[in-house]
Amino acid sequence: MKTVRIGAGAGYSGDRIDPAVELAAKGSLDYLVFECLAERTIALAQKARLRDASAGYDPLLEERMRAVLPICSERRIRIVSNMGAANPRAAAVKTCEIVRELGLPNVRVAAVTGDDVLGLLRRKIDVLTSLEGPLPPEERWIAANAYVGAAPVAQALAGGADVVLTGRVADPALFLAPLVHEFGWSWENWETLGQGTVIGHLLECAGQLTGGYFADPGYKDVLNLARLGFPIAAVEPDGSAVLTKVEGSGGMLTRATCTEQLLYEIQDPSMYFTPDVVADFSQVHLEEMGPDRVRVSGGRGRARPSTLKVSIGYHDGFIGEGQISYAGPNALPRAELARDILAERLAAFPMAELRFDFIGMNAIHGAQLSAHAPAPYEVRLRAAGRAASAATAMWIQREVEALYTNGPAGGGGASGSTREILAIASALMPRESVSPQVEILESRHASA
Amino acid sequence: MLLHEIAHARTGDKGTMVTISLIAYRKEDFVRLEKEVTAERVAEHFREWVDGPVLRFSLPHLGALNFVLQRPAAFSVTRSLALDAHGKCLGSALLAMEI
Repeated sequence: MKTVRIGAGAGYSGDRIDPAVELAAKGSLDYLVFECLAERTIALAQKARLRDASAGYDPLLEERMRAVLPICSERRIRIVSNMGAANPRAAAVKTCEIVRELGLPNVRVAAVTGDDVLGLLRRKIDVLTSLEGPLPPEERWIAANAYVGAAPVAQALAGGADVVLTGRVADPALFLAPLVHEFGWSWENWETLGQGTVIGHLLECAGQLTGGYFADPGYKDVLNLARLGFPIAAVEPDGSAVLTKVEGSGGMLTRATCTEQLLYEIQDPSMYFTPDVVADFSQVHLEEMGPDRVRVSGGRGRARPSTLKVSIGYHDGFIGEGQISYAGPNALPRAELARDILAERLAAFPMAELRFDFIGMNAIHGAQLSAHAPAPYEVRLRAAGRAASAATAMWIQREVEALYTNGPAGGGGASGSTREILAIASALMPRESVSPQVEILESRHASA
Repeated sequence: MLLHEIAHARTGDKGTMVTISLIAYRKEDFVRLEKEVTAERVAEHFREWVDGPVLRFSLPHLGALNFVLQRPAAFSVTRSLALDAHGKCLGSALLAMEI
């Protein structure tokens, strides 16, 4: 019986690269999938593309490709990734260039585009239905991308692509596409599409399935996180799968690690909306088959929605931040005095919002949940505020720094930053307004 | 006893929404989670954080509960001024609940 082995080579844009190399070398993979596109990442990439038309793909694309292409080329492992970000075609051209530089045999690199709907929406904004209150004013939009499904990725694979680079594609669809392609699943078989989506969802955060984001010493001990191994799914034609990792790698794969990841970012487990299927995770069965081996089955589904989700990245002013520490006897009252001075000084500026925290006391969970925290030996005052202009936001770090010579005794370690905010608004648009395209380049003659 | 003794949790986020899974270490403790950690108790536990009702979904065969919390608009992941803008640490705060 045919089994397809898919490895997860990244769970976010900046993820470690060595576990992906280990997977390619030792995972007996058919596919290596890199999920690298968080909600905001594509808007940042779009800004880069506006400055330089050949930019706008994942900043680590080059480093990742150089690390894995030689092994993947030798072992015929196909690569699927959303590292195309805001410019999949430029990512494909760059990948072809790297293949040539490395002296590898010809590689077919597909670029999947069509998720960028900014131009379309500027002409026809009325097709949008906002998911959370009113949409931001159009003049502040930087990027708008629809979550495309698995079909164009599967089409690229059917067209012979060895590497498929996309922009915004729903994360689990990156994993579902190779399964549909290999097993010839129908695009209307909701049960298998649902189970394939369960597998994709489990794999898409890579190390979060194999013991990453899990350890709690004395309660949930995980061995060798510094050498965490990324997960592999060995999938059978009916969609059931065994999850595993490379033998000898760090981390662990158990029913508990899989349960945490199965429910990660899930609302109603019986209704997980994707562009391909409304997946039902509520009957998923996880069974430990042995050390670091968990069998997953029971994912189901219903007909896909008629709309696609759209993420709109927009400029939302600037956040200024500053921090300064106080230590030793009476540290907290000195930090509180510093806060009062800042509040008075910063009242002179038009800040839309201003907040103070005492790191080590209440910065993470606020006054209510932290009410019984004991006063610590040292405390770090943090001020953060939002303003329309960078110049205004910058006053926060300036005023925090000024506490050295103008504030309470013994302040130390002042730091600060001012950054532009790219915020995300979510909306729905009709599926038929989005038309993904696939272009396949050959490394031996592709050029910009 | 703290929830931390019998259960583990993971937090996820999307926009202003936060999801927290709560999973019993031992299957036999799930009944207790289901009985004691109601949506109302979780809403009360996080009263400074939530805006609107807390939803709870039960997955007995996995020994897990899944909570969905709505945060006020100022706390969306991409706009929040908070140090933990995602609210990733909220699951740990749930484990501090007394049962």
